[in-house]
Parts: sequence; C-alpha cells; structure tokens
Amino acid sequence: MSDITKQSLTELVENIKNKKLSSTDVTKAFIQRSEKSSELNAYITDDFTSALDKAKKFDQKPNLDLKLPGIPMAVKDLFCTKNVKTTAGSKILNNFVPTYESTVTENIWNEGAILLGKLNCDEFAMGSSNETSHFGNVQNPIDKNLVPGGSSGGSASAVAGQLSPITIGTDTGGSIRQPASFTGIVGLKPTYGSCSRYGIVAFASSLDQAGPMAQNVKDCALLQEVISTYDPKDSTSINFKRNHYSKELTKNIKGKKIGIPKEYRVDGMPKEIEDLWQKGIQYVKDCGAETIDISLPHTSYALPTYYIVAPAEASSNLARYDGVKYGYRAKGENLIDMYEKTRSEGFGAEVQRRIMIGTYVLSSGYYDAYYLKAQKVRKLIKNDFDEAYKKVDAILTPSTPSSAFKIGEKTNDPVSMYLNDIFTVPVNLAGLPGISIPAGHDTKGYPLGLQIIGKAFDEQNILNIAFAMEEKISFKNKITDWWIK
Amino acid sequence: MSIDLKTIKHISKLSRISVDKKRAEKLADDLNSIFEFIEKLNELKTDDVKPLTSIAETTLKFRSDEIISKNIREQIIKNSPEDNEDYFVVPKVIE
Repeated sequence: MSDITKQSLTELVENIKNKKLSSTDVTKAFIQRSEKSSELNAYITDDFTSALDKAKKFDQKPNLDLKLPGIPMAVKDLFCTKNVKTTAGSKILNNFVPTYESTVTENIWNEGAILLGKLNCDEFAMGSSNETSHFGNVQNPIDKNLVPGGSSGGSASAVAGQLSPITIGTDTGGSIRQPASFTGIVGLKPTYGSCSRYGIVAFASSLDQAGPMAQNVKDCALLQEVISTYDPKDSTSINFKRNHYSKELTKNIKGKKIGIPKEYRVDGMPKEIEDLWQKGIQYVKDCGAETIDISLPHTSYALPTYYIVAPAEASSNLARYDGVKYGYRAKGENLIDMYEKTRSEGFGAEVQRRIMIGTYVLSSGYYDAYYLKAQKVRKLIKNDFDEAYKKVDAILTPSTPSSAFKIGEKTNDPVSMYLNDIFTVPVNLAGLPGISIPAGHDTKGYPLGLQIIGKAFDEQNILNIAFAMEEKISFKNKITDWWIK
Repeated sequence: MSIDLKTIKHISKLSRISVDKKRAEKLADDLNSIFEFIEKLNELKTDDVKPLTSIAETTLKFRSDEIISKNIREQIIKNSPEDNEDYFVVPKVIE
C-alpha cells in the first residue's frame, strides 16, 4: 500500500486491525521516511533497528484489541525511556540512559505502540523555537529555515512532516500548542494532574504537563485516552473520572457557550490573526454554539508571572545536575569547582539564564518581592478563569500572536521570544486544558492556529468543540517535502 | 532596579555556575531586560490576595512507607560519571 505515512493514526489503526497493513509495513514506511528526512533534524536518537524487531514480533502474534496495535511512534526526548538515551536536548544529559520508563510512555507501549526514537526539543524544554537544543535547531516542514516552534519542535516537525503518525510533547507555557500552531497540526495540553509527570525530565513542576500532538482531533483524542491515567508515582496526579475521549467524541456542540476574551486582542497583533479569530467565532456559531464576550482582566500579567514561577521551579529542579550521580562531569580542582564547571559547560545559555533568574527571585531578600508576588498574581489569573467559567463552557482565542518566524530571528532578544507564549501561558498558570487546532494560513502560506481553553478536567468538551470546528475549517497542511533528498 | 556584575557574581555562586566576565556582562544585560518586563507586576495591589501554592488545590496524599524498588543499586549507579561499583566518586573533600 502506497502513502502509508500520509495516513492518520485512526486510519493506520483501522488498517492494521483489518489486516490490510502489518505493523512491519507501517513501521518500515515511517523509518524510511524518517531516514530521508535528516535535514529536518527532528530526531536526537533513533531506535529504528529495535523498532523493526518489535514490529515483526507484534505481527507474529498480533493483539488487535489494543488501542495502538503495532503503531510506530517517536516521542519527545524529555520522556525517560528504559535503555534508550534520554537527553532533554542538553549536553549535561548527553550520556544518560534511563533504567526506568516514564508512566506516559509506559501507557503507550502497553497499548501496543512501538518506539521509533527520541525527538529534538529545546534544552530542558526551555524555549519557543527549538533553537536552544544542544543537538541543533529543527527545521519546520512548512518552509526551509523556519522554526517549528518549541519546545516540542522536533515532535511538531515529525508529525507535520509525517515521520511519526502521532507523538507526545510536554507543555509548560505553550510547548505543545505553539509548535502545533506553527506546523499546522493539533496539540493538546491536558489539565494539570491529568497525565503523570513520573519519568519526565522536570522543568517547572507546577506547570509541566504531557500531551498528544496529532494530525487531527480524533487521533489526538485517542492518544489522550491512552496517556491520561491516575498514577500514585506522581504526587500531583489526580484521580478523576476520565472519559473515553475518542469514543465520546461528538461534533454536536449546539448550545455551548464560548467565551471571547477581549484582553487577547493585544497591541501590535497582525490583522491576519484578528481575522482568523473572527473566522473561528463564525465557525463555532455555524456549529450551533453561542459566543459571549468575556473579560480576563489579568491576562497581561501572565507572562511576567510565568517568568518568575517557571525559572524559580527550574532552578530548584535543575540543582540535581551536579556531575555526581549521572550526566556530564567536568574536571575540577575540588568538589565545588567541579560542580561549577560541570554546570557551566553542561548547560546552554538559555538554561543558565533561567537558573539565574530563578535563583535570584528565590534568594534572601527578594523572595517576597518576586516569588510571593508572582504566586499572588497567579491566584488572580486563576480567579479570572473561575469567574469566566460561571458564564461560559469554553474560551476561544488565537494560539499565537504570529505565524512561525525565521531561524535566528529572535535568538538575541529573550523578551521578544518570550512574547510568543502570550496566549498559551495563562492556561498553564491556571492548570487548565487547552487545545490548538490549525485554522488557516497567513499571507506567506504559513499555518495559524486557534486555541480552545476548557474548564479543569473538561478535555472532552474542548475536544468536541475542536472536532466540530475542524470539519468547518477543513484545513489542508501545505507540505511540499522540500527536505527529502 | 538594576542587576550589576556584583549581583551576577553572587547569583552565579548560589547557582553553582561559573561565568567569566564577558558572559557575566551579557547575563547582566539579559536579566535587566527580563526584570524590567517582570516589574509590571508592581502595578497590581496584592496585599489581600492569598498566594496560589498548589494548582490542584488538593492536599498531598500520604502513602504507606513500603519499599517498592528492591535491589536497584546497580541501576542507580549505572549512569554515574565515576564510581567504584558501590559508591559515587567525587573529588576529595577531606584533607
């Protein structure tokens, strides 16, 4: 069967279940395409030989009752995978081979999926363009020298470029939704506590969530169903009744109330983003939903809050990289010198910058002025959403304030890079689920996304709204295979 | 507020990251522009606001004190840059 890699996850599952395709056929096809796609630099580590063995093994005794029967899949290199190198995009973990498996990836393999390899990302997921990775920047399949977004840039590039039928990323301030938007795919950041953080390299523990990235909403729902489980190994995992997201998926959103927050109309936002948002409003109305103007008055404080909370947590989480127990070690004259050189040589510039910010805001004399202040503003931001959800069922916004930018365009100005996440960060601060779906193109032909934000634990509702909108939008990603040799 | 080289030196010591002078100057510039952006929070009066310390708003569960992982010494030591099979090895700390 030709064009295997063009098929959606749902189609591949169906074809394997109907025995029209074997796991080996599918795995081979994605490996071949991945091998021809080295220019995208989407992979840090491939596991192709082992993947093919697993596929053959699956085909000898196929269990077709599984949700992801024999489906090959690459994952962001932030998930610990047993016996497969896990770098978090950092030199400091360049030689780290986990002896255990993250819960989220364990769930995926338990449903029959097969690991293709580990995907590039910003170092420790700190970045919005995949340019902070120690393993080089990733190309966006949409156009040469265009960033795929970040931090899950390799994941976005792999799904949009059809190197992996589906994948998982992590999202601390927009790291799933922003790259999804930049590459014309679907990305879901689940409610905080929905997917276990066990075995995911930690960045900012009160914000980090794993989530699916897919070609369409149905695939996204299916993977969410697999990865969202209660896990006692993560003390903030929440035991709530999880839906069968793919089975319960419906386009019927009649009577749903969708909030349109006026504060997301930011200064200097390109007209094409405003136009896209208006189109989105029309689409949900066409689906029978009602839109209501709402206010989230503290929106403009979300980014400054994030740039205190996230670096503070990161500086604490990254204290473990000391060159003693695992990872890179530099030579030093004594223990302290060894620590300082290891961290100076092992971490890249952006990670060092964030550790320094975090250390500063937590240091004696500054804690109240910065960290405590940020926690209070975070409460105000959450209160805004709580107030809004008394009137509406979900909120519709653009995913990003612009389309993908050129590689190197923003690397010298950290604040302008941070502004990319202006629409996604409030969702992490409030612990809510948010989904980005491709909704149109700008004048350059680059994809643009719309974001639907839900109530906590209401993934089903935003998936349904996305599913209904997807049909109306009928987006086609413009992939020209320019990188294939 | 301005972050000077002395402050950078202090933070670099606290975070155990050595920085040379050139790098310290760049960091001071970057941190100043970031903190200028962060200062926006001072527009808000927050005296009566309770800080948000946990997003899940649940109390952490206790679990029983049972050993789940047994005999994993080898696994734990496997990724160490230097060890003598039983212990992590670090530069000499006691003369």
